[in-house]
Amino acid sequence: MTINKDFFSPGRDFNYDFQSAGRPATGWSSADRVPELLVPTHCCFCGVQCGMYLKVADGKVIGVEARDFPHNRGSLCPKGVVAYQQVEHPDRLRTPLIRRGGKGSQLEPASWNEALDYIVSRWKQIQGEHGRDAVAIYSGSSMTNEKCYIMGKFARVGLRTRNIDYNGRLCMSSSAVAYARAFGVDRAPLPMTDIPLTQCMLAVGVNIAECFPIVMQWIWRARDKGACLIVIDPRETPLARTADLWLPVRPGTDEAVINALLRQVIVDGLVDEAYLRERTTGWDKVREAVEPFTPEVAERLSGVPAERIVAAARLYGGAAISLIMHGKGIEHSSHGVDTCLACVNLALARGQVGKPGGGTMMITGQGNGQGGREVGQKANQLPGYRHIDVPEDREYIAKVWGVPADELPWEGAAAPEMIHLMADGEIRSCLIACSNLMVSLPENQVVKRALQRLDPLIVVDFFLSETAELADVVLPGTVWCEDEGTTTNLEGRVIKINRAADPPGEARPDWEIICELAKRLGRGEFFAYQSVLDIWNEYRLASKGGVSDYYGITWEKIDEQGGVFWPCPSEDHPGTPRLFTERFGHPDGRARMFPIPYRPPAEEPGDGYPFRLTTGRVVYHYLTGNQTRRLGFLNSQAPEPWVEIHPQAAARLGIVTDEIVRVRTPRNSMELKALVVPTIRPDTLFIPYHYGHEHAVNQLTNPAVEPNVKIPEYKACAATVEKLAAPVQPAGLNGVVTNFTPENAPKMFPYTVGETKAPSEKDAKAF
Amino acid sequence: MAIKTLFVDPARCIGCRACEAACRECDSHKGESMVMVDFVNRGISVATQPTVCMHCQDPVAPCAQVCPVMAILITPEGVVQQADPSRCIGCRNCVYACPFGVPKFDVQARLMKKCNLCYDRTSQDLKPWCAQACPTQALWYGDYEEFMNQREGHPVNVTSFGEQNVRTRVYHVLPEETPQLDIAALLSEARAQTGQTGKVREEAWVL
Repeated sequence: MTINKDFFSPGRDFNYDFQSAGRPATGWSSADRVPELLVPTHCCFCGVQCGMYLKVADGKVIGVEARDFPHNRGSLCPKGVVAYQQVEHPDRLRTPLIRRGGKGSQLEPASWNEALDYIVSRWKQIQGEHGRDAVAIYSGSSMTNEKCYIMGKFARVGLRTRNIDYNGRLCMSSSAVAYARAFGVDRAPLPMTDIPLTQCMLAVGVNIAECFPIVMQWIWRARDKGACLIVIDPRETPLARTADLWLPVRPGTDEAVINALLRQVIVDGLVDEAYLRERTTGWDKVREAVEPFTPEVAERLSGVPAERIVAAARLYGGAAISLIMHGKGIEHSSHGVDTCLACVNLALARGQVGKPGGGTMMITGQGNGQGGREVGQKANQLPGYRHIDVPEDREYIAKVWGVPADELPWEGAAAPEMIHLMADGEIRSCLIACSNLMVSLPENQVVKRALQRLDPLIVVDFFLSETAELADVVLPGTVWCEDEGTTTNLEGRVIKINRAADPPGEARPDWEIICELAKRLGRGEFFAYQSVLDIWNEYRLASKGGVSDYYGITWEKIDEQGGVFWPCPSEDHPGTPRLFTERFGHPDGRARMFPIPYRPPAEEPGDGYPFRLTTGRVVYHYLTGNQTRRLGFLNSQAPEPWVEIHPQAAARLGIVTDEIVRVRTPRNSMELKALVVPTIRPDTLFIPYHYGHEHAVNQLTNPAVEPNVKIPEYKACAATVEKLAAPVQPAGLNGVVTNFTPENAPKMFPYTVGETKAPSEKDAKAF
Repeated sequence: MAIKTLFVDPARCIGCRACEAACRECDSHKGESMVMVDFVNRGISVATQPTVCMHCQDPVAPCAQVCPVMAILITPEGVVQQADPSRCIGCRNCVYACPFGVPKFDVQARLMKKCNLCYDRTSQDLKPWCAQACPTQALWYGDYEEFMNQREGHPVNVTSFGEQNVRTRVYHVLPEETPQLDIAALLSEARAQTGQTGKVREEAWVL
């Protein structure tokens, strides 16, 4: 949770200080201008994708105005209000940059020809010497579906490399796979406008108030109608503050609580047996598997008082319509898929999934997190949720792309695995778009060494991110409102982003850059797009018949309907706001239930590291902060990270608020300000993750990953906090409990890659 | 016609300061927020409270009453405007007189500044920027009947300072007086089942 600004500069009275709130980088000079045009579009930040108008005068974006769109009803969070200030920002990259003197020299402005020719000549050389897979693409999900689609196609058809993946791996891949396994379709099954229909909300590991402020209005509407609210979170978030019940869980132990809730629902006789019989398979095993999870056992594992678990189960189980919302708190975990599946089991046992307002809802974090994971930029995936290992899927996409199916590469490395391939020299060059690995990946000193081995490292971005600082070539891209296209928000609603301004200087839309590279690689015939609409129409065709079928979604229909929910298989189809009302996505139409054992996080506290460190967002920043840290208002509210620590722990260590302390994990240490507050468990520390360099909490986090989907365990590692004057401890494990090691759980540590996939992993990726 | 006004519901405030960011976007005072969000006590809770001008009606605008140069004007609708720059002498009487601590004094401009209920927007039938942006509708704009139809909570527009009552145009929203759910009873029932009797076993830190 955020704090008053006097935390950062003590003694200043911000309420009476007009100069303190940060200015847009260009000042307020356009204050008296009258907009000529209101361009309807959406916010570029989180997965909610709020509707907004951009005010335009003389071809420049000068402000923002509310837009009454179905899911945000004109509201905006502080990030949305100031998002427009990125457009004219002086930090924008205007020309390509290149290191002419090799590594260690300065980045100098260059022409597009010089930069692109250099990249292509190096790529040809590397691929000739080391094979096609030695060049990789690392993409992102904060850009339009069209751009994400082009990235996947460029890797497979332009570069013909197997190594493409994207930052969605770090975001919500756990719930994506969990939903694909349980339901056969990876999408939130209901729109957020359904939330008020529910009678009980259970929020698991999701700080909705700070990460998705706009969703709060739907939660309040449900509260106004009498719905109760239960929150499972190690911190008393603003959502938990007003909840009926707060279950303060130890980071990484949610499985125990969810299983205990299900067990209690069974004990109280609140299971919907008819639903389970008709619409699911696997219930008997699940019932057996949760039997050992008595409230007392769960209390011992998770630290949540047993009576709160029982009370929560009665509230949840007693509601006729109940909704589980879950987010990164359970997904950023070495057993993220299992925890999501445990939530699904609970909702299925209550017969909720498919009811209006009931079931489970994953709250996807990234702007186009939903769309980005369907369009085929994932290591194992082709457009429309097609699988790269399925022969029919390969045939279909190869036909759409006009290439022979046997020329399509196979599955490559997942994002965290790529780092190790770079370090080992298997990947020798990488193009990174829309991602800031130096802030986003765990154990970032390893990431830095890996990136420095690349020659060349190419970064496409519109600001010089921490990762772009390491690049050999930086290509200037566009911010969201300098290009058009579609995104898919956390509900599965496809919406339209419109162009409001021209790119500054020589900056070009990402898709144009990619098409230009393809042309120079001699593959231009496959990338002959005249406009974004051409790409969209090709993607509609590529997704036709897939799980996420966009074929019937035209830009006109998006405008007419206020967004269209996929699947939408034909042009006369209105789209599908609610999924699973009659059947699930599996061939037998039934949901699958999986017994979920308890597994601890990969690393737990021990003698030298008595705390659990967890990381998360604050409301003012988005992901790695590359955009939001540059916006005056947002940065003035939270210019640097801090560590939240409970008063009991602080008193024991003699730590007070505002004091600079050292937080240490077996990997590294960092110094930052302490915030002593009772809104966190006494055995837990919290640090926000939006910051770079010496402020990056990913210096400390554990690189263990979920064995199947490779999502890193950002939310739980062993740590200690100490006063600066404390003697420096020797490096080493120092008593930390390591539940899984590279030796006994190799798939959790992405050192071996891609080649050997056990059957269970294949199953997980079959959707 | 029903009177449209602001309803301030601190129970719903999540402290995101979207209202502050939005207020700064207003064309009449770009970059300066007239709304404030404060943590009530961050050392205890994450509770936050937005403060806007309450537009006092009875007694009418104490800030305007103490202004020696009649710089603070009140519209026929009862909206208290910020000080007229051509009149304000920077004496700060209004800052001290306001019972809610609303007027801000801009030292550089030597001018009092405060919320005027987005007069430029509301007079055009738009919502004030703060209520327009507010993601949680902790700041909500509309008329009393509409509020009572849509929302939980008990709006009040009389604030007592000792024996002095102040009736304001803007409402604060208090929680409903009867709790809908007896959590204490639910927990004690659960406690009985988990084999605990009598004393509460929860650790003291669990709020």
